[in-house]
Amino acid sequence: MKTDDLITLMTQDAPVGLRYGRALAIALVAGVAVSGVLLVITVGLRHNMASVFETARVLFKIVVTIALAVLAARLAMRIGRPGEALRLPALLLGLPALLVGAAVAAELAVLPQATWKANMVGGNALFCLFFIPVLSLAPLAGLFWALKQGAPENPTAAGAAAGLAAGAIAAAIYAWHCPDDSPLFLAAWYTIAIGVVTGAGALLGRRWLRW
Amino acid sequence: MKQSAREEEWADWLRLAIKGDVQAYNRFLVAVTPHLRRMARRRCDQYGAPASEAEDVVQEVLLAIHLKRGTWDPARPLGPWLTTIVRNKLVDSLRRRGRQVSVPIDDVSDFLEAGDETHEAADRLDTETMLAQLRDPQRDIVRSISIEGAGIRETAARLKMTEGAVRVALHRALKSLAALYRSD
Repeated sequence: MKTDDLITLMTQDAPVGLRYGRALAIALVAGVAVSGVLLVITVGLRHNMASVFETARVLFKIVVTIALAVLAARLAMRIGRPGEALRLPALLLGLPALLVGAAVAAELAVLPQATWKANMVGGNALFCLFFIPVLSLAPLAGLFWALKQGAPENPTAAGAAAGLAAGAIAAAIYAWHCPDDSPLFLAAWYTIAIGVVTGAGALLGRRWLRW
Repeated sequence: MKQSAREEEWADWLRLAIKGDVQAYNRFLVAVTPHLRRMARRRCDQYGAPASEAEDVVQEVLLAIHLKRGTWDPARPLGPWLTTIVRNKLVDSLRRRGRQVSVPIDDVSDFLEAGDETHEAADRLDTETMLAQLRDPQRDIVRSISIEGAGIRETAARLKMTEGAVRVALHRALKSLAALYRSD
């Protein structure tokens, strides 16, 4: 085909149906809504949420997961746009990690050593490991759909970023049910659950996010 | 990177194009193509590849710009977006043709500054071979618009389709063409 003919063709297809930024916003809103509803209709919110909300550990759990979700979603958005700087948004991910590290140190300083293990294992570790990935399915599907319209330079990294964002969103939603409040629990099980979703995202991205 | 006058002009055209301005989009594509061609030729010369191969690379990069233009944020400068997408696709396309290359970023960003050069377009995959690989309404639409020079409305009337259906099929046809290059 002559290049001029190709240009004529493309010219007639000038308007953009759905911009990448909008696709990503739709995906995030829909993903959060679906997973939020899923949590409420299956296991429900924690019954005493209003009264425990003031306690520092619960507040910390909610704030740190939301912070990670926002930062990771920002990275996932940028990774689909050619020519965007990625270093700063990637480095910012260290912030919630530092916060968790500080909270773990504080917890260890306050709690007697004999109770460390019980606080880390908590009451629902296995359910947490199961349910965070379940809650991440809707946001992950949405982010992959949006990134398909994007142009990520590295499909594996883009998939990992989408997985991290979806896992963090799922964790931020699960935190509204989760009865285990220790930062030790958070640092152990939430991290594993989010890590699993991130790894799955990387593998899927390598296959599906090529363009 | 300093925004050159050319970059601003191209950005204005692409901004209008995204909203549906056909003329502005044509100006944008016609302006970008000679620069892409010069870059592709330079790379292909280096490896002793024929000019027709360079033209395939040009078309592939153009299709990438076209299909991914929705990822450009019109509030931001065009340069970084365009140079990144061009470099990625150049490397990708040349590598798939068995040429181990790296394209330095300066080489790509230069094209926002450099002078125009026009060349004859020599193509390798001829139109009929390509059309043969498209499905039915797409093939007729591509033929009508690219070869016979008809617009969307005229094509819709000729094929007894709605304009919306023609637009959708045209967009799919361009996606199929990009996939054909990738599977080459």
